[in-house]
Amino acid sequence: MTGEATTRRRRPKMRLSAIIMTVYLLFLMVPIYWLVIMSLKSNSEILNSFTLFPADLTFENYRTILTDPSWYMGYVNSFIYVSLNTSISLLVALPAAYAFSRYRFYGDNHLFFWLLTNRMAPPAVFALPFFQLYSSVNLFDTHIAVALAHCLFNVPLAVWILEGFMRGVPREIDETAFIDGYGFTRFFTRIFIPMIAPGIGVTAFFCFMFSWIELLLSRTLTSVDAKPITAIMTRTVSASGLDWGVLAAAGVLTIIPGAIVIYFVRSYIAKGFALGRV
Amino acid sequence: MDKPVNQRAWILVLPVVILVAFSSIIPMMTVVNYSFQDSFGGNEFFWVGLEWYRELLQSERLWDALGRQLLFSSVILLIEIPLGILVALCMPKKGWTASLCLVLMALPLLIPYNVVGTIWQVFARSDIGLLGRGMSDLGVSYNYAQNAFDAWVTVVAMDVWHWTSLVALLSYAGLRSIPNAYYQAAQIDQASRWSVFRYIELPKMRGVLIIAVLLRFMDSFMIYTEPFVLTGGGPGNATTFLSIDLVKMALGQFDLGPAAAFSLMYFLVILLISYVFYTVMITTDKADAKP
Repeated sequence: MTGEATTRRRRPKMRLSAIIMTVYLLFLMVPIYWLVIMSLKSNSEILNSFTLFPADLTFENYRTILTDPSWYMGYVNSFIYVSLNTSISLLVALPAAYAFSRYRFYGDNHLFFWLLTNRMAPPAVFALPFFQLYSSVNLFDTHIAVALAHCLFNVPLAVWILEGFMRGVPREIDETAFIDGYGFTRFFTRIFIPMIAPGIGVTAFFCFMFSWIELLLSRTLTSVDAKPITAIMTRTVSASGLDWGVLAAAGVLTIIPGAIVIYFVRSYIAKGFALGRV
Repeated sequence: MDKPVNQRAWILVLPVVILVAFSSIIPMMTVVNYSFQDSFGGNEFFWVGLEWYRELLQSERLWDALGRQLLFSSVILLIEIPLGILVALCMPKKGWTASLCLVLMALPLLIPYNVVGTIWQVFARSDIGLLGRGMSDLGVSYNYAQNAFDAWVTVVAMDVWHWTSLVALLSYAGLRSIPNAYYQAAQIDQASRWSVFRYIELPKMRGVLIIAVLLRFMDSFMIYTEPFVLTGGGPGNATTFLSIDLVKMALGQFDLGPAAAFSLMYFLVILLISYVFYTVMITTDKADAKP
């Protein structure tokens, strides 16, 4: 009976929220739709006629990108440094987050805030000194340089998110494991990490995301060999006039890896966010 | 929730400290070093003391950029936080619609900054953009490249488009962690929708909202790429925010000294405001947790 009452009272609200949700999703999708449509048009159609659908469907823009190494290597480069960064961030953040969530130690609160301050540092501040630092250690224009530079904001974030997830795991579990004779390393890798797997998924997602979308540092630290796709896009825009079709196609191709990653972690996001007390 | 004191925890934290120190303290020292010197020909340096700081504090350019930046960040927070919460409340709780919403909402978050700028550029341009053309067909005069107000609206709309989903996803996570029993209790008490929100959902979301506000504040305060691609800081200086101004100064004009002084002050402002946010939120958190 209560169930019936709930549905009756809930129904108008459900419809309103469905409307809000639809409007919001439309707002998100329309600009992306426009980009996708533009990537399928020829330049003359983009500039001379105003059409909601491409009148003359062409994949020429994509062919330009996928056959030219100076374009497609950008995607490879981006992928390499983003993966490197995500692995490094997780590797160092896991033990640190454990320490913050389980123990008090000298200067812990200050240290935590200091880490966060690096997340707050504007990349623009670091662009020039990073350029000099990585040049002086001969790492300029390498993937590892960008990966390390991105650690500046990704490691603090990873520690922050993971700490929240770990706090949600009761400490009794650690104590029981230690009593059962588990060493710290074995406990950490065999028991603890599987328990917070959703948290690790969410953290990896965030690290991937913030490294993938960053432009200023990755552009400053690379010239040829490790140049990310985002920087190649800006260069091409300024150099060859405005080839809107190719630009749009390159944009669409930068969205696709993100969409794939979301697809893989989608259950983790839902479940991970829900379990973790972020 | 008393944690045991264990100084050996430092060993676990050490890798993070070393890594972040390498990419933060060394560059920071370079910046501090430059801020007290004048560079000449790229490799000769002269000690100028506080000269750059004095000059910057008197320059209208910096204060204008700071004013624009503060206004921008406030507008962004005032729109995105309530909107994000609203969207989170409206999201379906389960089934394929929930997954679909999650995937679609996360999509803008994974688009590189400059592609976001590009998307909005081609979307809002008055010659080839859907929005720009649509507005002029409707008889609304709209041109973000020439009108300062239109440029602002476009930059704000772009940021709302880009980042509201982050607030919504975090809030959604907070909402999902509320046990069903809370809602059942509220129903027995015949609580109104508003009081369910005010006394159950909002307190439970506080943790994630702290993160959302902090992240959105920091990121909007150092926004660079999106407005740079979209408007280039124009028309005039209407959308020249602090980072755009700084990069112009450091990498465009190569004024190392003033740019370094600018960087430090910029960083300190962010630090100060974030610290205030952080402390206020942590203390209210503790005050509410006690009774």
